[in-house]
Amino acid sequence: MFGSLWGSFDTSLFDEFRRLEGELDQLFGRGSLPAGIRATRRGTFPPINVGGTPERVDVYLFAAGLDPKSLDISIQQNLLAVSGDRKVPVDEAADYYRQERFDGEFRRVITLPDDVDPDRVDAKYRDGVLQITVQRREAARPRQITVN
Amino acid sequence: MTARQEVAKREPTEVQAKAREHELVLAPAVDVFENAHGITVQAEMPGVSKDRLNIQADRNSLLIEGDVMIDMPAGIEALYADVQATKYRRSFVLSGELETDQIEANLKDGVLTVRIPKRAEFRPRKIEVRTA
Repeated sequence: MFGSLWGSFDTSLFDEFRRLEGELDQLFGRGSLPAGIRATRRGTFPPINVGGTPERVDVYLFAAGLDPKSLDISIQQNLLAVSGDRKVPVDEAADYYRQERFDGEFRRVITLPDDVDPDRVDAKYRDGVLQITVQRREAARPRQITVN
Repeated sequence: MTARQEVAKREPTEVQAKAREHELVLAPAVDVFENAHGITVQAEMPGVSKDRLNIQADRNSLLIEGDVMIDMPAGIEALYADVQATKYRRSFVLSGELETDQIEANLKDGVLTVRIPKRAEFRPRKIEVRTA
């Protein structure tokens, strides 16, 4: 009956899950499950996805509105670090009702699989997504072995 | 004798589709601000290109949605994922003084800017105080 009333709130169910997740984190204590030593708090800018194939590893940073020239991407063995500065221009003459967008400097360090080749890295920026492709070493790729 | 209660049955597929829809939609982070000319909404939608963006406005509401499309090699497997949805959606209730048929939208590097002008009669006027 109140469907339309509830529906008018802009907190989607997804936000609700996130809140719940936060509460669960508090309830069970963050120490109970081991986290990666370089893992960051949920919601850290920019969100990252990492995917792999036998040939390469792709890292996607969802960072809209960046100047790609301001980015500093470095790799040392299998540690990939991306840092940058995102400035969100502020309209001084305006009243702000919501300011949810991240503003400022950021840095994220990603531990890649051990077999990546730090000499073969490629990066591109499109539609607000920074994609960094790192090739894996040849020797580490799975090989088909035939039985004689 | 067993009493049979008539309960409106929902097709399971319909329920599942609803649940899936909720689970897989991201609410983009937004800035909303107002100046003398109107209201501006800026939404973060990285991974959305112009042709995968949908903006709908009528007299009382504004809906923005977009599908994420990223370049992925065949056979990719997720190793880590902060972003677990491929769709952004967020809606706002508008008020009567906004000129919803004059909305302008611009998408650059995943940042969507929507400008909704105010009707001329609602733009603030500076009132001069006369001194005698």
